[in-house]
Amino acid sequence: MFAYAVKRLLLAIPTLIVSTFVIFLICASFMNPTSFLFGHGQPPPPRVVAFERHKYWLDQALLPRYWHWITGIVVHGRWGPSDQGFNIGHEIFSRLWVTSRLVIAAMVIAAVLAVIVGVISAVKQYSITDYTLSFAGFLFLSLPAFWLAILLKEAGIHLNTSFGHQVFDTIGEQGFGSGAGSFSDILSHLILPTITLALISFASWSRFNRGSMLEVLNSDYIRLARAKGLRNRTVMVRHALRTALIPMITVMALDIAAIFGSAVVTETVYQWHGMGDFLLTSIQKQDQFAVLAWLLVAGFIVILFNLLADLLYAWLDPRIRYD
Amino acid sequence: MTDPFPTRGMKPSLEEAPTQDRAPIEREFTVEERSQARQIVRRFMHHKLAVASAVVLILLFILAFVGGHFWRYNYQEFTNDLSQSPSWKHPFGTDSNGVDTFAAVLRGTQRSLEIALFVAIVSTAIGSIYGAIAGFYRGALDTVMMRVVDLFLTFPIIAIAAVLGDKYGAKAQGWLFIAIIIAALTWPYVSRIMRGVVLSLREKEFVEAARALGASDRRIIFRHLIPNAAGPIIVTVTVLVATAILTETALSFIGFGVQFPDTSLGLLVTNAQTAVDTRPWLFYFPGLFIILIVLSINFIGDGLRDAFDPTQTRVRA
Amino acid sequence: MEVAAPTASDGDRVLVVDDLTVSFPTDDGVVQAVRGVSFDLGKGEVLGIVGESGSGKSVTSLAIMGLLPKSARVAGSVRLHGQELTGRSDAELSKIRGKEVAMIFQDPMTSLNPVHPIGKQLAEAVRAHQDVTRSQAWDRAVELLDLVAIPQSRERARQYPHEFSGGMRQRVVIAMAMANDPDVIIADEPTTALDVTVQAQVLQALEKAQNETGAAMILITHDLGVVAGQADRVLVMYAGKPVEIGPVDDIYGDPRMPYTIGLLGSLPRMDTAEPQRLTPISGSPPSLINLPPGCPFTPRCPRAEEICDAQEPGLVITTSAAHRAACHFARELGDVQAHDLFEAETLDRAALSDVLGNEPRDGA
Repeated sequence: MFAYAVKRLLLAIPTLIVSTFVIFLICASFMNPTSFLFGHGQPPPPRVVAFERHKYWLDQALLPRYWHWITGIVVHGRWGPSDQGFNIGHEIFSRLWVTSRLVIAAMVIAAVLAVIVGVISAVKQYSITDYTLSFAGFLFLSLPAFWLAILLKEAGIHLNTSFGHQVFDTIGEQGFGSGAGSFSDILSHLILPTITLALISFASWSRFNRGSMLEVLNSDYIRLARAKGLRNRTVMVRHALRTALIPMITVMALDIAAIFGSAVVTETVYQWHGMGDFLLTSIQKQDQFAVLAWLLVAGFIVILFNLLADLLYAWLDPRIRYD
Repeated sequence: MTDPFPTRGMKPSLEEAPTQDRAPIEREFTVEERSQARQIVRRFMHHKLAVASAVVLILLFILAFVGGHFWRYNYQEFTNDLSQSPSWKHPFGTDSNGVDTFAAVLRGTQRSLEIALFVAIVSTAIGSIYGAIAGFYRGALDTVMMRVVDLFLTFPIIAIAAVLGDKYGAKAQGWLFIAIIIAALTWPYVSRIMRGVVLSLREKEFVEAARALGASDRRIIFRHLIPNAAGPIIVTVTVLVATAILTETALSFIGFGVQFPDTSLGLLVTNAQTAVDTRPWLFYFPGLFIILIVLSINFIGDGLRDAFDPTQTRVRA
Repeated sequence: MEVAAPTASDGDRVLVVDDLTVSFPTDDGVVQAVRGVSFDLGKGEVLGIVGESGSGKSVTSLAIMGLLPKSARVAGSVRLHGQELTGRSDAELSKIRGKEVAMIFQDPMTSLNPVHPIGKQLAEAVRAHQDVTRSQAWDRAVELLDLVAIPQSRERARQYPHEFSGGMRQRVVIAMAMANDPDVIIADEPTTALDVTVQAQVLQALEKAQNETGAAMILITHDLGVVAGQADRVLVMYAGKPVEIGPVDDIYGDPRMPYTIGLLGSLPRMDTAEPQRLTPISGSPPSLINLPPGCPFTPRCPRAEEICDAQEPGLVITTSAAHRAACHFARELGDVQAHDLFEAETLDRAALSDVLGNEPRDGA
């Protein structure tokens, strides 16, 4: 197991390094931090252009610039210049803290929901319950995240009105003034975005779980477990679910990137100052190093989760460990 | 009987009993044998929702590509009816500029379907050839090729598409750039599936046989491996196409998708987000069309999954 | 005359199956998988059930265990120690499964759960029916592994199924069947999926299981050689129905149903002095959907006459009260050899000599 973990870790490192280079290449080719100088009628003075180009390291060749950037982060903790008036490193981690609340809460809820719905659908295959749950699953799978977010936001506002006081907060990740940042304050801001993200994420997982549960339920070892005289509940939990959940881990880890994408949209609807706002504002301002920081952090998280998923998989499925 | 035990091998006695005036009894399989393709079609037809969805999708195609030409308003036309609720004249109402929402929705649907088709074709082609090569040659080449795929899968599609879309989305052929970006970021999903299928197929006897007969690698990949992987690939692609449509709408929403003067369903919903309460038709109709398209595609995908892989869904008899 | 006429008490019979029918509704119609199977099993007796795949052997055994999918329609009676099993709830049956009736399945490669250690899966079987502690159950699991000759059982118990060979896994499944001293063990093709070289070990383990527990056994197989060596009585099934039943010597020595004669004729024999040609049965079993009236073997039967199309024969007494066959001509089939009924493949010999480069000899 230890050898396997080391092997996976060693495989993840080159992936991370190459991915930093690729995102750097993308940003260097498609973004131009000096673009704000142009397009105002008369061309800017060459001296100003040279100054701005120097500020954003554009006077260096691509490879030295990449080296400058990556060593800056790894060695000095410097994330590069930004014209948004903040330290990119500090800013992105405070944004990440905000967004991870949403992403983690939504993933936990989605996973629990997916397991319950998947198991019920599989055990009661072709029943009215199965058809209803399947239809609901497909419906959520087909909803645009922002459309659902807007809908829930409106519903939240209406509910607040009918309750007569603010139950759900629909703007921002936390309130202002006294009580801001308290548990209840954060929770009331968190509920609706979390439901949005959980609902659009759980559907594909529950479909997957239903399929893998059906496959396991039709397997020979479930039949043998039943032939041993185990009670139905024991067979379901210890043999069927335990085995069916293992492949779910991989699927969930692979979906991390997509959930980050959906989180960007959800945060935009609820006007959170999270990773989503950070990315979109930075792209609009062509703030190259801020965008790079975002992609780097997101990529790192995705690779980390996939690594953890691999290890968890190996821990749960003895067949992998000894390969 | 003089010879009670004639050694005549297998001869059904009813052939020798023509004197009986009853119809010969059908002894062989009464269930007609079916070709694989016919079985797939039959199983697909069994999935009522999938069939209904296929019909809906075809109707949407006709409506979007043909209907727009016959509708009395153009999506760029400013009528004098400002912010009208749905009526016979404007079934989906109008926006504050007097643009007929139905016309705009038709145009948006057309854009969504165009993007869907483009992504389906391009990412299937690239993904399946790439995956087939990796799975067929295995070894170091496979490792390197799959590392590249892993790399693609670490990027949140929306983020990369936003970075690229900011530069190209506003151009005249904006939708095409969006489609190219989405296809470029989704083909790795197809290649993963393809590789997995090819890895198991290449051990099968028919591939061995083809190789023994001296077929070239190229011929084995294109004539034997890719066609036999059609089932899982088609199912994967339907899921991808649904994702592609949702990605386009999300991109429009965050401001990096199709842009004015062109329109898309995502853009229509985005523009209507502050009007959910006051002019709900502007928000709900484009949204419902997105859902209708994506839901149909997802159901068709589910039907195809059942059709191609009945073992997955049927309980063991 | 029908086998095992239902009586109020089944006497010394451990298991009585009476007119069992199983059908499955499908898209194409109702599949009549089992169409009236009756047999009984005495204490410690071994009954071999033989037949082609699709003849209803496995479905019969799953019906006895109550392990058929929900879509199956089961009718008839299965009595264990005189107690009716059909119609009982799954919870009630789970108290009997593994404790009084144990089952061994065909494919040992897929029978064990890949994510649990072998010992845990064995201990689980023990604890399902016995009120013992975890460590007691574990000790019993190790003991069971010893019984089926798994070396280093204590260490092996901690390993996972993928670390065991197919033959060893099947022995583990047999050990599992022994765990609660059952009265009946059903072995469904226990050696079919295994290499010939390990089949003997598995059969040995099976014999051991039966001796240790004193259980009666139903041995389902299409390998007539296995049945000859193990069974006391044999039941031959075709198209979901028993076509011949009797003591093993009677079935092998004086078969009275053309299908049985054909099956034996397609088997190479070591016990006869003069060489015999193998006689295959041509054709394939009928579809079990919409079976026409008459004997289902008719299309493949060289002995068939008009009556065979019209009427399906029941089991009739032949050489003794215990030996019955379902054939209109059962009483006339004494001394009939397979090559009298079925044509031997002569083409093969010509083809063979061709390959070997010899002059093809005259077939006569």
